[in-house]
Amino acid sequence: MAAPALATQDAFEEFLERERTKDLLRFTTAGSVDDGKSTLIGRLLYDSRNVYEDQLESVTKASLGRNAGVIDFSLLTDGLRAEREQGITIDVAHRYFSTPRRKFIIADTPGHEQYTRNMVTGASTASLAIVLVDARKGLLPQSRRHAYIAALLGLRHLVVAVNKMDLVGYDAAVFRQIEEDFRAFLREFPSIHPYFIPVSALCGDNVVARSSNMPWFEGLSLLDYLEQVPVAGRTHAAAFRFPVQRVVRPDRDFRGYAGTVASGRVRVGDAITVFPSCKRTTVTAIITFNGNPKEAQAGEAITLALSDDLDITRGDLIASAANSPTTASSIRATLVWLDEAPAELNRRYRLKHMARQEWTELKAIDYRININTLARESAPALEMNGIGAVRLEAARPLTFDPYAQHRTTGSFVLIDPVTNATVAAGLVQGPAEESSFARPSLRTANAINWQIQNGALVISTTRPGGFSARNGNSSGSAITDEGTLQTFHALLEKLGVSLF
Amino acid sequence: MTALSHLRQLEAESIHIFREVAAECQKPVLLYSIGKDSSVLLRLAQKAFYPGPIPFPLLHIDTGYKFREMIEFRDRYTAELGLKLIVHTNHAALNGGANPFAWGIQRCCGALKTTALLDGLRAGGFDAAIGGARRDEERSRAKERVFSFRNERGQWDPRNQRPELWNIFNTHIRPGESLRVFPLSNWTELDVWQYIHAENIPVVPLYFAKLRPMLVRGDTLLPLEQPFIPRLPGEQTQLVKCRMRSLGCSPCTGAIRSDADTVPRIIEELIGMRRSERQNRVIDHDQDGSMEIKKQEGYF
Repeated sequence: MAAPALATQDAFEEFLERERTKDLLRFTTAGSVDDGKSTLIGRLLYDSRNVYEDQLESVTKASLGRNAGVIDFSLLTDGLRAEREQGITIDVAHRYFSTPRRKFIIADTPGHEQYTRNMVTGASTASLAIVLVDARKGLLPQSRRHAYIAALLGLRHLVVAVNKMDLVGYDAAVFRQIEEDFRAFLREFPSIHPYFIPVSALCGDNVVARSSNMPWFEGLSLLDYLEQVPVAGRTHAAAFRFPVQRVVRPDRDFRGYAGTVASGRVRVGDAITVFPSCKRTTVTAIITFNGNPKEAQAGEAITLALSDDLDITRGDLIASAANSPTTASSIRATLVWLDEAPAELNRRYRLKHMARQEWTELKAIDYRININTLARESAPALEMNGIGAVRLEAARPLTFDPYAQHRTTGSFVLIDPVTNATVAAGLVQGPAEESSFARPSLRTANAINWQIQNGALVISTTRPGGFSARNGNSSGSAITDEGTLQTFHALLEKLGVSLF
Repeated sequence: MTALSHLRQLEAESIHIFREVAAECQKPVLLYSIGKDSSVLLRLAQKAFYPGPIPFPLLHIDTGYKFREMIEFRDRYTAELGLKLIVHTNHAALNGGANPFAWGIQRCCGALKTTALLDGLRAGGFDAAIGGARRDEERSRAKERVFSFRNERGQWDPRNQRPELWNIFNTHIRPGESLRVFPLSNWTELDVWQYIHAENIPVVPLYFAKLRPMLVRGDTLLPLEQPFIPRLPGEQTQLVKCRMRSLGCSPCTGAIRSDADTVPRIIEELIGMRRSERQNRVIDHDQDGSMEIKKQEGYF
């Protein structure tokens, strides 16, 4: 970033305004071990003058102990001591830089096989992925996997950077062969717009400026491409979706619903439907700290006031009355398993979907995707880094759009109720046919009875083949105060009954 | 319709994070450190909960060595906004003579910042501490989650973090464990100043250049607020046109030479700047990876 040579105050104000209003591109990077991904990012930051001198000094100092070039650009991004010591990238790292045209957020993900889950994490917030291919090695199973994950997570732009061109004599034939192989593979992913570029991250060829070493390449440099690729997402054109994050009730006279517009736009006077209750009403005001606009668009955090006093809570979804999402408690989804403990059938997990949390049970693993061949394989279990098509049963209905149509309303995570770990990333495919394992619920069903008998908590169901459970012995031992809640939950668990 | 500008996107994401904390955590607190990032954090919190009030108190870990102008600003600004402010200080360490020259920087920071923070959080029974740290500040922070898990001892385990996908945050913890929440994770120093400019947010006057008495030691400008700062033989303060780029404890925060006396001039200066923001913070330099080590011990 060069200091602006701005003669007049007006020019400076104009410059500030331009800086303030530039847009944002989030991208993720993926590659295999040693294909130079960290170096590429370090180079991008360095050559676009987004690295400070003292940062450079500290990595130059650290570089002396290692056998890389004069400046080891990878040290600019490998932030943890273990990473610098081992020369590897462990975790998703976020990097920021900006040019006069755009601000960029990079989710830099490691290339190790066991860390594939990190690419899913990085891709989940990105709209573009850069996949690195080592010019000497050509297309690897990992490259395919990266492209598959990018497509799965709904990224539309894929930059294939063929790196280490300096080591193959900047040979056009090498680059073209890799491009041809990759394009053949990408035919399976018609949603992806690829851009192929030959680079040398180490030498800086085609990273920020076009390289004179490869006059046969006529495309844009990597940075030029990143600056001009369109970012306006599909979310603006899509139907209105607004997950309710909080009910705002500062006093008796005001009741509003706070959230971020997930897609589309909303205007005062619009007819809306609240899901899953399906109640209809209209928008009376859009409230923000900076005033009450007549309309709001995707991405804005606002508060809505509605004309009727409905029972709306956190976790509900407000949507346009015209174009409804789907509501179902039994869903089909793609799961990316993130945890060391594999997925367990019939186990209960917490499902977090927008602002909603529900108990859910993994009912079936229909198949697993072999990420190298993309073949569907039968799978008794889903292990870490495994991607599978599953069926889930939630305790209460979820309102969603398929992930392929909507990133926010179609995504969820699973949380292990014992370890509290985030164990899976979920992408909704659609509703599953109503199944027989609908779970009785304390709130909705009269199939559940619960009462205190002689100080013991007794819960029973009156469904066919009903069962009952109680804490303590048959004479009904007393519940201690501190134990009551645990006992209650344990009994519900025993019965397979949800609290809501 | 055009895409939202980067500032509007960052703002909306931060508001979303604030609302998630308020909705899902039992007893959150906002760690207020008085600097520019804290000022932005307060504005974002106001926006997130408007027209209601900010639903949690502020906690300031006062080492006792903050700049006088910082404390004045803190008391005035938080009163103006009608916020509840808790100030926690490790008085035992201060009474025991803790200062960076007598104890060394590491031990002093450990007692007055890390221990004080953990004690302050425990005293209030807070399960989520919202802070203004940004990922672009330091290398180890680049790996930190927005909702960052801490064990019973307040420690961070960088190699065992929960994956964080989309904008879905996992806030589940067991009793005694806690979360640190960073709504400004994706902001850069430049974003923060642009937002301060766009929103006209008040900041401590120390950020603006003016003539200040400083001890000049090579490239370092050292403010002379505390009596224990040792002077070299015959050393006198000089009036230097300078400003603070980041604010911490006065004995460990150097000023930078600058003429930037307005927010637009600071932005102009930043765009031409060749040194990183924390370069004048003595505390990060004591060893390679020192921030990572402090964070593992419980430092913010």
